[in-house]
Amino acid sequence: MLQSIFDDVRRMNKRQFLYQLLSFGMIVSSALMIWKGLMVVTGSESPIVVVLSGSMEPAFHRGDLLFLTNYQDEPVRVGEIVVFKVEGRDIPIVHRVLKLHEKGDQNNTVKFLTKGDNNSVDDRGLYAPGQLWLTHKDVVGRARGFLPYVGMVTIYMNEYPKFKYAVLACLGLYVLVHRE
Amino acid sequence: MHTFLTRGNAILAYTLSVSACLTFCCFLSTVFIDYRANTTLNTVKVVVKNVPDYSASREKNDLGYLTFDLQTDILFTHSILLHLTPLFNWNVKQLFLYLTAEYQTENNEFNQVVLWDKIVLRGDNAVLDFKNMNTKYYFWDDGKGLRGNKNVTLALSWNIIPNAGLLPSVNALGSHTFAFPSEYTTLRV
Repeated sequence: MLQSIFDDVRRMNKRQFLYQLLSFGMIVSSALMIWKGLMVVTGSESPIVVVLSGSMEPAFHRGDLLFLTNYQDEPVRVGEIVVFKVEGRDIPIVHRVLKLHEKGDQNNTVKFLTKGDNNSVDDRGLYAPGQLWLTHKDVVGRARGFLPYVGMVTIYMNEYPKFKYAVLACLGLYVLVHRE
Repeated sequence: MHTFLTRGNAILAYTLSVSACLTFCCFLSTVFIDYRANTTLNTVKVVVKNVPDYSASREKNDLGYLTFDLQTDILFTHSILLHLTPLFNWNVKQLFLYLTAEYQTENNEFNQVVLWDKIVLRGDNAVLDFKNMNTKYYFWDDGKGLRGNKNVTLALSWNIIPNAGLLPSVNALGSHTFAFPSEYTTLRV
């Protein structure tokens, strides 16, 4: 099998090889375009997130996929599931809004407190030291859509980097070498 | 031409595309369903205290205590049984029910505090009929806006967690408005 692949490569001329490289570039750039396009449409800096913890069980399990929007003119309300970032933590957290106080002034100051469905206490212990409330600037997005299991692939890839490189190498080789 | 790998690849690709298509159809079939239902809410005992909130700023804030009655009823069933079972179609994995108190104070134009919530999974007993229930969370105000507040509205909502699809939040029909007493209680509650 390997022999036939290398035969294929050897039989290619320069133009064919360039063509393969270009099509590989097209695939990468269109994936990037879709991601950036989603960012524009949803207003969220990461429109699709993978649930990494069990703190929202039984609604969301590890490896489920969430689709987010973050429209500034839609107010946050209690009961919504928000994805937020806390200073000093790399991984965004997916939890539900428990309390909310809105000043109603010109800046539209809102502060809210979150809690995971599966946690027995609210999130004040997870926030940055001294932080009691979340505000709009902490929010990455609000959960709008749900797709189970699909995110397991990325979890495996992050946990086993060798698996990730193997998959990437196989895909890259396939695209470069494959000929119709 | 038909090696083991090409056959395996074809089967895998076909399985994936069929399950993606079925998932999408499942999502489409339940997009436009009306998940509203009637609820009857009532408050039994309502008191308010002014005590330091050690979970937050340590300042003295108003803390409300209340007990409530709650019953739910589905719009399109006329049975005597009061339950949420008809909400469970094939694309509902879980209902997240939450009871919200909504009010206005001098400090804040708009306040929402969740007092109680409940997870109802598919197959669970979805009959809701509670009498004189205690709240699950503390009713802390952000300041001193609860004493003598004449217009606090209790309402039940649910967030629908599907097997795959949108995550709608539905406000139940029917709410209850009550007032807090104009004096702080000195009793232990």
